[in-house]
Amino acid sequence: MATDETSAVTSASDLALKVAIPIKEIMPWAIFGVVIMAVAYYFVGAEQGATSIFSGMSIHEFVHDARHLLGFPCH
Amino acid sequence: MVGQLILRGFIIGIVAGLLAFGWAKTFGEPAVNIAIHFESAQDEAKAAAAVAAGKPAPPEDPVIFSRTVQSGIGLLTGMVAAGAGLGCLFAVLFAFANGRMGNLASGPTSVLLAFYGLISVYLVPALKYPPNPPSVGEPATIKYRTGLYFLMMAISIASTLGALRLRRSLVPRYGTWNGSLLALGAYLVVIAAFFVILPGINEVPATFPAVTLWNFRLASLGIQTVLWGSIGIIFGYVGAQVMASHPQSR
Ligand SMILES: [Zn+2]
Repeated sequence: MATDETSAVTSASDLALKVAIPIKEIMPWAIFGVVIMAVAYYFVGAEQGATSIFSGMSIHEFVHDARHLLGFPCH
Repeated sequence: MVGQLILRGFIIGIVAGLLAFGWAKTFGEPAVNIAIHFESAQDEAKAAAAVAAGKPAPPEDPVIFSRTVQSGIGLLTGMVAAGAGLGCLFAVLFAFANGRMGNLASGPTSVLLAFYGLISVYLVPALKYPPNPPSVGEPATIKYRTGLYFLMMAISIASTLGALRLRRSLVPRYGTWNGSLLALGAYLVVIAAFFVILPGINEVPATFPAVTLWNFRLASLGIQTVLWGSIGIIFGYVGAQVMASHPQSR
C-alpha cells in the first residue's frame, strides 16, 4: 500500500520534472503576477506613509501593525 | 497553465497570510503593545513638559481605528493582502524555475524558491534596515527610510538573480561545488559592499526597552518565515499537480 502511494507520487513529480513552461508563455503572466505583488506590497507597506495615492490616513492606520511587523519602515 | 498556477498561488498566499497572522498575533502583538505604551508615555511626558514651560500642549494624534481593530482585522487584512501578493509572484517564479533547476522536481524547486525569496525580499534588506516597532522611527524621515528600504530590497533581489546567473555560467567550468561557492562569494561581496555604501539608520530612542526591540524583530523574522515557508511547501504540492496534469502540452 505504502509503496504504491510512494511510486504514484514519484511518477507525478517525474512527469512534472520534464515540464519547463516556455518563457514566451510565461511572460504576459509574469507582468500580471509582478503587478499584483507590487500593488499588495505598496498598499500594505508604503501607502499614506512615504507616498499617498489616497488622501487621509485610514489605509495606513488599518494595516499599521502588519506594516511594522512585516518589516516596512513606519513611525 | 501559468494562469492556473497564479490562481493557486493567490489562494495559497491567502492561507499563508492567515498562518502569518497567527504568528504575528501570538509573538508580534505583545511587543507592538509595549512599544505603543512606551510611545504614549513619551508623548504624555512631552505634553506635560510643554505645559510646564507655559506652551500649549502638542495636539494628540487622532484615533482612526482602535487598537482592537488594528491588532485584529487590520493586521489580518495586511497579512492576507501581503500573502496573496506574494503568492501570485511566487507562482510566476515557479513557472520560470520548474524544470530549469537541474534535476530538481517541482516540490524541492518550490521550497528552494521560497528560501531564496525569504533571503532576497526580506532577510537581506532587514539586515541593513531592521524592522522597528511603533515609536522607533522619526515621522520626518519616513520618505528617506522607505526609499532606502525599497532600494536595498531591489539591490538584494537583483544580486540574487545575478548570482544565480553567474553560478550557471561558472558550474560548467569549475564544477557544481566550486562554481556554486564562487557565485556565493561574489554575491556576498556585492551585498557587503552595499551594506557599507548605503547610509545606516538608527532612530531607536535611548530609553526604548532592548528586550522589546529584540522580541519584535524576532517576531518579524518568524512572520516572514511562516509566510514564505508555507507558500513554498504548499505550492510544492499544488504546483507539482498542475505541472503533472499537463505533461502532453510540451
Ligand atoms: Zn507606525
